[in-house]
Amino acid sequence: MSSSVESLVNKEYKYGFVTDIESDMAPKGLSEDIVRFISARKHEPEWLLDWRLKAYRGWVKMTEPHEWPNIRYQPVDYQNLRYYSAPKTGKPFGSLDEVDPKLLETYEKLGIPLSEQKILAGVAVDAIFDSVSVGTTYKAKLAEQGIIFCSFGEAVQEHPELVRKYLGSVVPASDNFFAALNAAVFSDGSFVYIPKGVRCPMELSTYFRINTAETGQFERTLIVAEAGAHVSYLEGCTAPKRDENQLHAAVVELVALEGATIKYSTVQNWYAGDEKGRGGIYNFVTKRGKCAGANSKISWTQVETGSAITWKYPSVILQGDNSVGEFYSVAVVNGHQQADTGTKMIHLGKNTRSTIVSKGISAGQGQNSYRGLVKVLPKAAGARNYTQCDSMLIGNRCGAHTFPYIDVQNSSSSVEHEASTAKIGEDQIFYLKQRGLNTENAISMIVNGFCKEVFKELPMEFAVEAQKLLGISLEGSVG
Amino acid sequence: MLNIKDLRASAGGVEILKGINLAVRPGEVHAIMGPNGSGKSTLAQVLAGHPAYEVTGGSVTYLEQDLLDMEPEERAQAGVFLAFQYPVEIPGVSNAYFLRAAYNEIRKARGMEEVDSMDFIDLLEEKLKLVEWESEIMSRAVNAGFSGGEKKRNEILQLAVLEPKLAILDETDSGLDIDALRIVAAGVNKLRSQDRSFIVVTHYQRLLNYIVPDHVHVLSSGRIVRSGGKELALELEARGYEWVEAAEAMA
Repeated sequence: MSSSVESLVNKEYKYGFVTDIESDMAPKGLSEDIVRFISARKHEPEWLLDWRLKAYRGWVKMTEPHEWPNIRYQPVDYQNLRYYSAPKTGKPFGSLDEVDPKLLETYEKLGIPLSEQKILAGVAVDAIFDSVSVGTTYKAKLAEQGIIFCSFGEAVQEHPELVRKYLGSVVPASDNFFAALNAAVFSDGSFVYIPKGVRCPMELSTYFRINTAETGQFERTLIVAEAGAHVSYLEGCTAPKRDENQLHAAVVELVALEGATIKYSTVQNWYAGDEKGRGGIYNFVTKRGKCAGANSKISWTQVETGSAITWKYPSVILQGDNSVGEFYSVAVVNGHQQADTGTKMIHLGKNTRSTIVSKGISAGQGQNSYRGLVKVLPKAAGARNYTQCDSMLIGNRCGAHTFPYIDVQNSSSSVEHEASTAKIGEDQIFYLKQRGLNTENAISMIVNGFCKEVFKELPMEFAVEAQKLLGISLEGSVG
Repeated sequence: MLNIKDLRASAGGVEILKGINLAVRPGEVHAIMGPNGSGKSTLAQVLAGHPAYEVTGGSVTYLEQDLLDMEPEERAQAGVFLAFQYPVEIPGVSNAYFLRAAYNEIRKARGMEEVDSMDFIDLLEEKLKLVEWESEIMSRAVNAGFSGGEKKRNEILQLAVLEPKLAILDETDSGLDIDALRIVAAGVNKLRSQDRSFIVVTHYQRLLNYIVPDHVHVLSSGRIVRSGGKELALELEARGYEWVEAAEAMA
């Protein structure tokens, strides 16, 4: 049984190809000069360079966290990495017609068409290739409603006042080792601004692609929803198969003002390494949202299937009264993958509510850890949290771990935590086989059922993609 | 339809079936009775292909095919259905979705077109009546939180939808109160036909008052020690299993 189980979760990585394109690269290594190099390449204003340099000087004094996360790897050699690589295209921020056809072809192979005739209906896409954005679809249409959706680099040029106001306001440059590194060398990413009262008419999406060898990707995403605004955003990620590990250290900041809603979904499918555990992406990501206004809501949904190592805790600071934070997660580890992921819900405002639903699936020799913090501060009267944390084991060489931290500092709040661990049963598989399903479909059905509460939170198109990723057929069309 | 010859099987190195011989013709209902540990459920599981059992000898021919050479899903697709003694829970998967997936797998294997959800709902409405059930049961997750009786009823509903040629009922009566037993048995009786055979595994004669068998076999220590008509079940009920076990010991 277990061999067929593994072959299912072990499907060949489809996105492992390399695009042969000439790139403008920074020399290897990290120093103040490299920080200046990146800033200069991006024609940044002085204040931003200063912000980067300050972050860099802070980072130099920090150490890579190896003590508390439940992940094992050799420390990264930061001097042997490249911090900037951009395809040599024409002018920056040009129209999509001017983008190198090789890049368009790359995204088409990934299922993300960017050319005008083929763009996905109802979904605007910002495509990030190594360190830069190669193009953003539906930009003009969104601008009609005052929505800004563009690359981070473009936002720095076109909307410096907004960037300056919110950059680092949720994840300060000094927040942690990887966030500090990102602040120093971040190259591109997406910027979203939804004006007051506007409901974004389509899904916004960024597709991240790492291409160049020995290059890290350090993107930064900033989403600001003004009072009463509403936006749903999705990111997807892939990378070529390479024998050496590649570093991805991103930062995402979300700001929701009074009554605003931000829904942020991730389908992460970075290359996970080969069957011996060689290569794969180190995914060290800091994601945090701030419910700054009353009655605001931030919801994270993540489906994490890739990366050799995943280290991320999409969190919500519930500052506004009655604000709501949600975290829905499916994390799959197989082969030699390791994931230490979860969330932090920080309750500051009155009657704030948070929900955490985490589904961990471990197969092969994978190690999956849920790590979550629920913190309720003295002024957060009437705060409520519900946490559900389920693990599924496939085979007997993998592991599931749970590290919940609960810190409640007032007496009118309630915190609930439920956890379960189950092994996918031979009896369950046999039952479905006896009804005519083959092993692959049987496991798909069981895993799909296990993840259902999370998949139903994803936008429809991406729910399909996520289920395909797990080799799962779509459920729920009947009954 | 089904021809079992000198079938031997073991689990964890312990031999449980020690040479079973049984022939089932189309339309026949065979009851397999016997005390706990006699190998009744093992026989049912082995016929369905449960991986925990190792077949160590003998043969099973089903519609001119070597049944033992087929994967469990191939047996199901060929029309072998096992109503489980302990139906398994599949959380998060709706009963309707599961049943349609199974129905379509079996249709596909037979070269028939898959049915869409709308057509399937019509089919379901029909079958639900057979087990006196409301359609709300279809949106619940497969067997999750079902009572013992509901689980058994769900097995018979699946039997009705999948329309097998050979249905094996493994202690379908265990854990049923008298009303549930009546509903389940009535469902089975409506599904009896000239080209559908049943193997009814049961510990008690009670079920056979409702599902009247053509043949009754008594299993003891992995062998069929006695075969007869439906009156054999009544005799067993009156005299107890010690009677056949003693008779076997004498032989």
